[in-house]
Amino acid sequence: MADLANLDLSDTEVHKFQADLDEILGHIARLNEIDTANVEPMAQVLYAAADTATWRGDRECPPLGTDVALANAPQAGGGYFKVPKVIER
Amino acid sequence: MDFPSLTIGRIREGLLGHSFSAVELAREALQFAEAQNPSTNAYLRFAPERALAAAARVDQQIARGEEPGPLAGVPIAVKDVILTQGVRTTCGSKLLAEYVPPYDATAIVRLERAGGVILGKTNCDEFAMGSSNENSAFGPVRNPLAPDRVPGGSSGGSAAAVAQGTAALALGSDTGGSIRQPASFCGVVGVTPTYGRVSRYGLTAFASSLDHIGPLARTVRDAAVLLGAIAGRDPLDATSAEAPVPEYTQALDGNVKGMKLGLPREYLKDLTSETGDLIAAGVETLRQLGCQVREISLPATDYAIACYYVIATAEASSNLARYDGVRYTFRSRDSGTLSDMYRHTRGEGFGAECKRRIMLGTYVLSAGYYDAYYLKAQKVRALIAQDFARAFEEVDAIVAPVSPFPAFKLGEKIDDPLQMYLSDIYTITGSLAGIPCMSVPCGNTAGGLPVGMQILARHFDEPSMFRLADAFERAGPVN
Repeated sequence: MADLANLDLSDTEVHKFQADLDEILGHIARLNEIDTANVEPMAQVLYAAADTATWRGDRECPPLGTDVALANAPQAGGGYFKVPKVIER
Repeated sequence: MDFPSLTIGRIREGLLGHSFSAVELAREALQFAEAQNPSTNAYLRFAPERALAAAARVDQQIARGEEPGPLAGVPIAVKDVILTQGVRTTCGSKLLAEYVPPYDATAIVRLERAGGVILGKTNCDEFAMGSSNENSAFGPVRNPLAPDRVPGGSSGGSAAAVAQGTAALALGSDTGGSIRQPASFCGVVGVTPTYGRVSRYGLTAFASSLDHIGPLARTVRDAAVLLGAIAGRDPLDATSAEAPVPEYTQALDGNVKGMKLGLPREYLKDLTSETGDLIAAGVETLRQLGCQVREISLPATDYAIACYYVIATAEASSNLARYDGVRYTFRSRDSGTLSDMYRHTRGEGFGAECKRRIMLGTYVLSAGYYDAYYLKAQKVRALIAQDFARAFEEVDAIVAPVSPFPAFKLGEKIDDPLQMYLSDIYTITGSLAGIPCMSVPCGNTAGGLPVGMQILARHFDEPSMFRLADAFERAGPVN
């Protein structure tokens, strides 16, 4: 799971999290006790509104701008976010 | 200035009667908050320039004879998961220790437009994940009423600031109880509005189908005024609701005679005896006010924690994927390759609770487990929502405890995540259903620890919720 989630963990962390997650998943297993045969899954809280209620007007809005958007980048250059080399030649 | 008893009404009186100016008040409030802060660690940083500029605008309005906004001059603390342009916003995380947002959250824009004065940013559990505020990368917050105890979480700093008087009002965020539980632990009012009532534009996402922004205050009236100022449709948040925003203060008429209230039996079995006694006394007060209280059943409650910790962690694992060392300030020094950068940045940057939830969320969404966990949890969520819908056919509001127990000791539960999760049982159900819910002070334990009573209402029926809470507040604490 740590690999899938791109988390580098220490051995101590692996040990502790294994125990924690086992216990939590043990509790979550109780979901199997409840009958949900004819129940539609609820992905979002819904309330009565027109289908178009969430549409925005087609108006021009000023974007943040490159400099502002890059201001928090750990490494930026030439108007881009910079990352370590992905492909070695 | 007696900061711990300041209300919106008193500030307004003082400003319009020229007893003090907004700038004078802001200066004094900052001084008081900075002096008090070391005892609680409620604020992570102050924003004096922004506060004084906002206060100066209010003074100019008054000088010009204009009607100042409903929050004119009111010192407000903002949880550090809500973006403030130019003022560092860390989410209680090492990962965002240096992050300076390029824009304001909509709630911030509205709050300042209403005349509010933002004093600073408050401490919280990392990315709002926790029930004790002990998961902050910048140290825990102490409960101002009992320094060896937690203030609750994750909006612990906001609740502590309001309780201590270092802010008159605060903004918090609530995903599974993060406004109501700290409000209960610190003896203040905390409101989780209907899902979609307040725009989340600029609220750092934790679990998008559950996240709310809401007020913390010392009185129900003040909470209602703050909610009125920030609520309403926002084109920048597609989940914000179109429904018109009522004038909430008009509901504070004390007229609760004949109101039908439900007391869910599933919420009364795991209480510590003192909390149970106080809630029972609170219910008796409501009866004396003329409410008709009946026992109701919300049978899916027993599955709520399991349901929540699948849905919230699934959404969190996805929302927190963006903290990868590319865009948000922190990158591990050990970033030789792209993959190293991701793994080490996240491994070094996230605290234990975030890592646990990211892994749990990744697991429940992973191939082969999706149906068994995530889809199943969404179905159980529907059952929980149906429980409430059925109950509201019979009653106008539901009253319940907020937490099974009052504020616990620092360190008491931090090593046992499941025990910590289980303490959210009474707040999580309302969050899953998306209904408005709040904590209003009920009374104190023999040891002087506050206990909050929770009031839950139908979608968008904040007025009934406030009416009941206000009448209860006026009747006085039960002991």
